Amino acid sequence: MSESRKWTPQSIQAEIDALKHKPGALLPILHAIQDRLGFIPEAAVPIIAEALNQTRAEVHGVIGFYHHFRTTPPGRHVVQLCRAEACQAVGGRALEAHARARLGIDYHATTADREITLEAVYCLGNCACGPAVRVDDRVLGRVTPERFDALVDELQTRPLEVIA
Amino acid sequence: MSVRVFVPRDTTALSLGADAVAARLEREARARGLALTLVRNGSRGAAWLEPLVEVETANGRLAFGPVTAEDIPGLLDAGLLDGALLAGDTAHPLALGPTEALPWFARQQRFTFARIGLTDPLSIADYLAHDGFRGLELALARPPQDIVEEVKASGLRGRGGAAFPTGIKWQTVLDTAADQKYIVCNADEGDSGTFADRLVMECDPYLLIEGMTIAGLAVGATQGYIYLRSEYPLAREILDAAIARAEAAGYLGEDIRGSGRAFHLEVRLGAGAYICGEETSLLESLEGKRGLVRAKPPLPAIEGLFGRPTVVNNVLSLAAVPFILAEGAAAYAEVGMGRSRGTLALQLAGNVRRGGLVELAFGASLRELMEGFGGGTASGRPLRAVQVGGPLCAYLPESQWDLPLDYEAFAEVGAGVGHGGVVMFDDSVDMAEQARFSMEFCKVESCGKCTPCRIGSTRGVEVIDRIRAGRDREANLDLLRDLCDTLEDGSLCAMGGMTPFPVRSALTHFPDDFRRPVEGA
Repeated sequence: MSESRKWTPQSIQAEIDALKHKPGALLPILHAIQDRLGFIPEAAVPIIAEALNQTRAEVHGVIGFYHHFRTTPPGRHVVQLCRAEACQAVGGRALEAHARARLGIDYHATTADREITLEAVYCLGNCACGPAVRVDDRVLGRVTPERFDALVDELQTRPLEVIA
Repeated sequence: MSVRVFVPRDTTALSLGADAVAARLEREARARGLALTLVRNGSRGAAWLEPLVEVETANGRLAFGPVTAEDIPGLLDAGLLDGALLAGDTAHPLALGPTEALPWFARQQRFTFARIGLTDPLSIADYLAHDGFRGLELALARPPQDIVEEVKASGLRGRGGAAFPTGIKWQTVLDTAADQKYIVCNADEGDSGTFADRLVMECDPYLLIEGMTIAGLAVGATQGYIYLRSEYPLAREILDAAIARAEAAGYLGEDIRGSGRAFHLEVRLGAGAYICGEETSLLESLEGKRGLVRAKPPLPAIEGLFGRPTVVNNVLSLAAVPFILAEGAAAYAEVGMGRSRGTLALQLAGNVRRGGLVELAFGASLRELMEGFGGGTASGRPLRAVQVGGPLCAYLPESQWDLPLDYEAFAEVGAGVGHGGVVMFDDSVDMAEQARFSMEFCKVESCGKCTPCRIGSTRGVEVIDRIRAGRDREANLDLLRDLCDTLEDGSLCAMGGMTPFPVRSALTHFPDDFRRPVEGA
């Protein structure tokens, strides 16, 4: 989920062209753009609207409707905490409070070092082994506050890049 | 001889370190010169035993769990692959004996989940070796009306929660003439406490493919979509791979198994909107729009996706179909109670000691499920409340735990079986806080189309906050009940219409929680 992923109108157009023939193509297109860039840049909206023969308002409305789509770049990792009932039953609320305090941010925000974006999620389907947390595409079970801290340490430790 | 060892790779097993277990096992075995064939199978659904490692022997598979990577050297020392443990010695603390003899499995009635966890999910050879595609082969030889009759006779009702008879829905689509019809699988499994759809998709994907293909043959649909929630990235990866392999093997595509009949299948991802589990909202989303709920009629079976007749079924409804075709409707309808025929996939979740997937015939009691299978709470504290059927269904107090799991029995007390999620809470739960969450969840997830749901949920949170803060308690409790009536009567769909169920159940069965002394007051 690097924010340094570069995009151009041409790269967005390429994602659109690969999918626009599909019936109901808008969601697949939005997913493709977000998967590639980490978010959907404002500048993509008119390009998508033009390709699908829709208004910019329609495209904007769809992006805004779905929790998954974001219009600003996320941090290097996206951490989702499950807020739903099965996780609440095993300490999910305490984990939420701990996570927000530890990271110093609320939901939908990114740490100052741009390492972690915190999001709420309502169920990850790991309900017999909660509290559940998703880090990028990895789901973790039985996450205690201590395990969360270890996870954050792991995520914030960047391997040194050796310049050859 | 190389021993076959199974290490599951579903989301739950992975979330508890299954990849590390598999890697350590291979490394340690290599270092010791032991031969093993590692199979990454699906999960059998015993989440409490994951990662559940199995070793194949002449007398069936032996289970070990829950295994961590650190346990591997000790297990190998004890003879996991070559010695006493292989002979079924259960002296090792992680040795559980033959997997299928474990009471937790042996006491289940697995129709839909008969194969789950036994196979490599992507292996068509495994699927065929375990009775896979038998229902499809039989369906290919039968006229559409025959297939629909078989499903009707099974008594199968929609497993997504609404419990509408599946065969009747199919009949409507079959009877509606159109140039194009669709099969849409609702895989937007958003209810907290449910993961049975995910298990089907991650651990037995061909089962869903087979069920959808049969549905297509039955109603004359040539295109299917699986609307999958974006929270399930692994299910997406596995389904995409399974669809590609099924196409290559002639189980999907223009000419299914040389029959001349076509069925195409595609996975479409949702985008984190709970409301898209509502079928008309789901169709809007598939069409590339905001997931606003449609007014019914017209029914999706008559005017569904892109205005065409569409079967919208839950994963579990479609996954029940191959059994019904292969074994016959009578075999399915034989078990159950009253008008709830067949089996129900229950998912034991939340504060539970032995959680996971329990498939049983309708009629078992909730208490037997939570205590007999679940073993009580994980915390060891007394069980206090259980929410059955997801965030739009009631919380049940102990006085209702002897209810049989049956659609009608639950409906009679204002509760629901829903998608079979059973979320257990111990005595530390604050039911006023849970009621507040129900309203908050509705506020976050409302599509916004109708006023009672959109505004009512926000007002609901505020009213409960006032009650909990001790402000005009009695007047606000009356107001909350009134608001629940408005939501139930005035909302367009189940989101606003059913949010009152958990709220009212908390008010009715746990009234003291709304009258707790206020801290600092």
